[in-house]
Formats: sequence, C-alpha cells, structure tokens
Amino acid sequence: MIGTETKTQTIQETKAPPGLLRRMLAQRQGKIGVVLAGVVVLVAFLGPVLMTLITGYTSTEFVGRPFQHDGVFGTDNLGRDILSRFLDGGLQLVIYAALATLLGMALGAAAGMLAAYQGGWLDGIIMRGNDVLLAIPQLVFALLAITVLGPQGWVLVVVIGITHAPRIARVARSATLAVITEDYVAAAQMYAVPRWKILLREVLPNITGPLMVELGLRMTYSIGAIASLSFLGLGLQPPTADWGLMINENRIALIIQPWGVVLPVLAIAVLTVGTNLITDSLARASAHLNVKDTK
Amino acid sequence: MSELTESDPRPDTAAGAGAKMFGSPGTVALRADGLKITSTAGKEILHGVSFNLVAGKIRGLVGESGSGKTTAGLACMGHFRAGLLNTGGSVALYRDGEVLEVLSLNDAGQRKLRGGSISYVPQDPSLSLNPAMRVGEQIMEVLRIHRPEDSERDRRGRITEVLAEVGLRNDKAYQRRYPHQLSGGQQQRIGIAMAFACRPAVMILDEPTTGLDVTTQAMVLKTIGELTRRHAVASLYITHDLAVVAELADDVTVMLRGDVVEDGPAKQVLYSPQHAYTRRLIRAVPDLAGRHRIGEVNAVTGAHPIVTAAGPIVDAAHPIVDAAGTGPGAPQGPASGSEPVSGTRAGERAGRHALPVPHDAAPATDNLLNATGIRLNYGPAQVLDGVDLHLGVGESLMLLGESGSGKTTLARCLAGLNDRYQGNVSLSGTQLQPGARQRSITERQRIQYVFQSPFSSLNPRRTIGESVAVPLQMAGQDSGRQQRAKVLEVLDQVKLGAGYIDRRPGELSGGERQRAAIARALVNAPSVLVCDEVTSALDVSVQAAIIDLLRTLQVETGMAMLFVTHNIALARHISQRMAVLQKGRIVDVGPTDDVLDHPQSDYTRELITNVPTL
Repeated sequence: MIGTETKTQTIQETKAPPGLLRRMLAQRQGKIGVVLAGVVVLVAFLGPVLMTLITGYTSTEFVGRPFQHDGVFGTDNLGRDILSRFLDGGLQLVIYAALATLLGMALGAAAGMLAAYQGGWLDGIIMRGNDVLLAIPQLVFALLAITVLGPQGWVLVVVIGITHAPRIARVARSATLAVITEDYVAAAQMYAVPRWKILLREVLPNITGPLMVELGLRMTYSIGAIASLSFLGLGLQPPTADWGLMINENRIALIIQPWGVVLPVLAIAVLTVGTNLITDSLARASAHLNVKDTK
Repeated sequence: MSELTESDPRPDTAAGAGAKMFGSPGTVALRADGLKITSTAGKEILHGVSFNLVAGKIRGLVGESGSGKTTAGLACMGHFRAGLLNTGGSVALYRDGEVLEVLSLNDAGQRKLRGGSISYVPQDPSLSLNPAMRVGEQIMEVLRIHRPEDSERDRRGRITEVLAEVGLRNDKAYQRRYPHQLSGGQQQRIGIAMAFACRPAVMILDEPTTGLDVTTQAMVLKTIGELTRRHAVASLYITHDLAVVAELADDVTVMLRGDVVEDGPAKQVLYSPQHAYTRRLIRAVPDLAGRHRIGEVNAVTGAHPIVTAAGPIVDAAHPIVDAAGTGPGAPQGPASGSEPVSGTRAGERAGRHALPVPHDAAPATDNLLNATGIRLNYGPAQVLDGVDLHLGVGESLMLLGESGSGKTTLARCLAGLNDRYQGNVSLSGTQLQPGARQRSITERQRIQYVFQSPFSSLNPRRTIGESVAVPLQMAGQDSGRQQRAKVLEVLDQVKLGAGYIDRRPGELSGGERQRAAIARALVNAPSVLVCDEVTSALDVSVQAAIIDLLRTLQVETGMAMLFVTHNIALARHISQRMAVLQKGRIVDVGPTDDVLDHPQSDYTRELITNVPTL
C-alpha cells in the first residue's frame, strides 16, 4: 500500500525537466550566442537573394575603379561592389563549415563509440590511428590534400571533416566508456540486440551531451579553417565571392578602403563568437538540469 | 517536541557536573532546534527538525531515501550541500560549559569545529579515504590540523591509541598500509578512527555500515557502541535500517519527508510505535524468523506449495513451460524414491494450480535449470569454484552470499551475460551455450534476468514502453501493435498502469523503475526469473512491495525464481530452498527452514548470529 501511495504522488509531482535546447536558451549567454550566430547565418543565406535588390549589382559585376568609395561600402580591388560580394560570400562558407563538421561528427562518433564498445585490438587500432592523424597539423594536411586533389568544394569538406574526426572520436570514446558499464547496455546484450543497434539506440542518445558541445566547438574550427584556406587561395577560387578570399584580395588597401576586409572579418568573428557562446551554454545545459541555479 | 525539552537535563548542569569535561554521560551535547532547510529553487526540504544528542548515547535517525535525514545530520555540523539554504532553526553545541551556536559561526569557526568537536563518518569508506595516502598519515592529518600545539610524538601516540580504540592493530606496519590493503570493515574503522582522533563531543555517522556484510557490520556496530559509551560521545546514527537501530540505538527519531514524525526511546518507538508511518515502516522490515509477513501476499516459504502447473495465461502463450515440467522428465525414471512423480504428472494434466513437492529430494532429471561444476576465474582470482545448483519448476531458490562471494557472477553466468565460465548449464535437459548471443531465441526467452539497480538497468533516453518492448522486438514475432498490447498487459501485471508506457525512467521512483525492469523480464513469459539483488537499492517499504509483487507473479505465472541476495532476513519471505555461497563455493544448501535452523557450515551459522533483528 505504500507502493501505491508513492506512485500516485509521483504522477502528480514529477514534471520532465526542460529539454537540452530549452535549458541552453534559458541562459543569457545562450541567447546572445543564438542571436549573434543567427544574424550572420541569416545574412549568409539571404544575402545571395537580396544582393541585387539592395545594391543593384551582382557580386562579380565591375561597377567602377578599384578601392573607390562608390555605393555603401565602396569597391574592392577589381572595382566590384563590396556589399554585394559580402552578401554573396557567406553562404558557401557556412554550408561547407556545417557539412565538414557533420562529416567529422559522424566519422568521429562512429569510430569513438566502436573503439570503446569493442575494446581490445580494435580499440588500439582506431585510437592509434587517431593519434597519427592528430600528429599532422590540420592546415598542413588540408594544404596537402588540396594541392593533390585540387581546390574543389568536396575536397574542402572531406579534408576538414577528417581532421576533425580524431578529436571527436576521443570525446565519443570517453563518453561511451562511461555508458557501456550501465546495466541497460548489458540488458541489450542479454537480449542479443545487434551491436550496431546497441550503439545507435542505447549508447548514442546517452552521449549526445558531450557530442553537442564538441559539435559547436568543431563548427567554430571549421569556419576558421575554411576561411583560412580561402584566404590562402586554396579554398573557393576567384571570381567567386567568399569572405576568406575577400580578406586576401582587399588587405593591400586596408588603409584606403578598409570595408573590404572589415566586413568579412567582422562576420567571421561574430559567427565564431556566437557558436562558441552556444557551445558553452550547451555544455552547461548538459551538465546541469537546473541551469538557472548555477548562474 | 515539547516532551523532549521537558525530559532534557539543563545544559548548564552539564558544565557543573562535568567540570572541564564536556562528555559526562547523560548530558545534552548537541541540540538541533527547528531546523528549516530550503533548496535554492524554493522547495522546503526540512520543515523544522528538532532533536538532541546526549553524551554517551546513540540516537538513530531513521527515514527512507529523500526524507532529509542526511541533510539534517550534515546541518549539525553547519554544512549544507550545494543548492541548499538554511532558513531557520539553530544548532547548539554544549562543550566545556559554554554554548556554541554552530550555525551562526563564521566559516573558520565551523572548520575548527568539524573534525574537532563534531566529527563525521561518511557512508562509503572506499570513497572517503584517500587511496594514495597511508592510513596512519590520514589520521595524522586530522591531528595536525586540530591539535597544532601537540608535538609529533604526542600525535603518534594518539594514533596508536585511537587505532586500538576502534579495534584495529596499531603497530607501525599497519599504519603504513594503504586503504586498498584493508578490508571494507577495516577501512570503515579507519574512518571512525579519523573521526574519533580528536575525541569529539559529537559524532555524526551517516550509514557507516550500509556497504558491509552482516558479520563485518556487527563488528563495526560493536566498535561504535563501545566508543560512544566508554568515551561519552553523543552519536547520531543515520540509517534506513531499522534492525540496526534496534541493535544499537538508545533513542530513535523517525523522519518522513523533512518532518520528524516520531521521537523517543528506541524500545518505545520500535516496539510500540505511535505514528502510522513508523508502524508501516516496521511492518515492512523482513525478519529472519519469518514471524510476520511483509507485504500483503503470503510468503513463499517451505510451508507453501511449489507452483508446478502454470496458470491459463502462461499455458496459452507458452506451452514450453508445460513441456519443461513433463517433457524431459517423462522418459527417465525418478532418481529418488521419495519423489511422487506420477502424482505430480497426473496433477499437472488435471490442471491443478499448486502441488506440494518435497523439494529436498528433487532428482536432477526433473530440474528445470541445472548448473554443474561452474568455474570462473579472473587471472589468479577464483571467483566461482565448482558450483552445482539446480532449480525445479515453479520453485523459488534464494542464493545468499556476501559481497565478493561470486553470487552476481553466478547469476550472470546462468543468464548468459557472462560467457567466460567453464562448466555446464542446462535448461530442461538441453545444454546451453555460455553466451546469450549464442543461445537460441527460445532459450534466451526462457531465462530472464532482473538487474540489481533499477537506476542503471533502464536507458534514461528511452520510454518505459520502448525498453520493455526490446525482448519482443528481438523475438520478432509480433507486429508493433501486438507488442504494445503485450507491453500494456505486462505493465498491468507489475502494477504499473498504462500511463507509464510513454514515460521516461527519470520520471519514476526507484520502486517504479524496478517494476518496469521486472516487466521487461516478464514480457516473454519466462520459465526462470533470475533476480539479482533486486531490492538492495530500494527502501524497506519498497522492498516489501517488490517482494510482494515477485511472489504474486510467481504464483500467477508458475515460473521458477532464483533470488540472489545478501540479505538473509529475506529468506523466509521469498524462498522454499536456499543456497549459501561463500568465496565461490556453495557451503550450505537445502530447504530454507533446514538451512536456517540447522546450518551445516560455520559460515552460515556466523551469518545467522550476526544478523541484526528488530
């Protein structure tokens, strides 16, 4: 009879704690992050559609002489409208960064979970392979791959994704190690649930906290890496408008016409700061159920 | 609480009678008055808790998990866990004739108090001792902080002294040991020695014996009792175990959801309880003698018949259960003459529900589950050393063992969770493969395993319905809708309503989770249910309800049950037969009453004498 009493009570009392995203948004940091990153992503997505409406020029159209103060933000090194190029230059950066991050997440999470779950020699091989990949500097590896395969979009995504994978694999592995000792994994094994299903259904949902944090962090790095590669001329090729490329093209006239550099730099900075803030608040949200208390 | 204050001696008399000693027996050493504690989220945890601790006496603070007993204990030292705020009440410490208001002291003052005048013994010694520090050093650390004026030689002397006081060896070599070189009981006594090193006026003991075996527990309890009385310490013993309180405490305070519901001398509270909650709590405590029953269903004991024929539900769903009883046994004759085999068979065909079978002489061929010569070692450690065990149809067998006896390992071997054993496990005559993955679907379905901790055995990210449906999905015979119908049916069987199907484990209490875990094991209508310490993570009243449920289910479904536990007091409430496992060997086996009344091994005898009783 005690059992039934407590039962009815908990039905009334317990309310599911707010979800991870809601807990993230409950923090001021999280809100600022979402606004910052959201604005830049919005510019990147709507820019290509709106640029001719706003400036009257496309991003590759020559409108005058180089580095003049025509229009809102002037012209760039080849006399194209800077605002048009800025509006057009973010989309590919954001998409490539997102794809590279997702690829890295998929590869890294799969490798890390497999290594932790199987253990033994497979764990050794995967993690030592990881160490080898980690030993190669990210940008040098990307340079090498792009010189060999050419500066195409998919190469950028794959290369950056692969360089992210080992770091994500480490996080996934340690998170998985904590989960596989739980009895529900043993229960699934007892019912002979296929191993891939155990990883997908029992393990993966329980390590999303650390993985989400890693996702945000890797997104920041992806944006930085793709912008750097573009700056070095190994990313998107001219005459395509691209933020990284714009910085490189216009840096020679930084004093006469700073907007060509300042606008893309600002956008990249705001985007990375925004994703970083989101990551931080996600980390806090996944660690505490009651984030308001810890503030 | 008015009666309390009346009966208390005035604190002033403590100073007069005891001169400089704070610890004259019979005087109040600490008085907690109207303690109120609120969480930062605004929920009140303690609603005005009052009690006093008397020098030389032990007060038991009893309550279920979540009653706030540990919070109240820690508040005596002015400590509040993160997220808790003190919103009212006072804690007064009477020492050397002065009154110290613990809660109004600053941090430095409280730090000086803790470990010096008020000390704390935490629950798990293996977590509270620093594994990288020699035990002598750990005691020394306390003395260095609280007795800065003493010489090193005095401190060394005190360590030797205090080790003897807690009943440990006190030579240099022993002091140089690391915690991992000591047993659990010795570790806990080191913890007590640390708490006692500065001769505190008050000791707060927070479930110090929960993780220990009964024999070790008995020794630790004896140490605590002696220390308290000989040195006139006022002790607060926090526990959920009423039997321990009955053995040890002079006074008892019962807490329920942040309130003191009953308070008084131990004899009065335990043997003529006034409050309904105390009465309910005491009724839920299993006793070794089996004088009263816990829960509402009659105990499954030797006096009660073994269920041999399955009820109609099981018959329809799984004719295997029937086949298990009759199939393999039929061609071979009974090995023992005392077995009325033909009568049993006839009864089964007639569809009778329960038949008495003399369990002591059950022939091996008639057993549902048979394990012979199970051995398992991890390196040089022999965990199981040739275990033979058999389980009849519809029978309930208790496997009793202390921590490290290998009982969980054995249960896991039977269920196919551990495939590294040597030996033979057979189910109704067919030999089973070691690992669950190698066993056939029917074999897997027929042996089901319920895990110890319901907090770990259910995936927090999946709903109860999804978790319970896993065995059905793996059987692959039912459509999604049929699966859901079966899940609902089994949830109803374990007395969780249909409302639980789409809820997550996080929303459920421990008892409800364990019911869900049992539902998952039942959904395929097993013929053997292996319950591994299923109640050890639960409160006594919840334990009673779960035991109740298991007995009901056994009678309803006619399955056999292997009940693995360390709690010998449950024996007469759940089992017809019991086996005692010690260091990987079965030292005693037989009908429950025989084993308890005439134990064959010294080990079992020792267990029975050391079990605390109410």
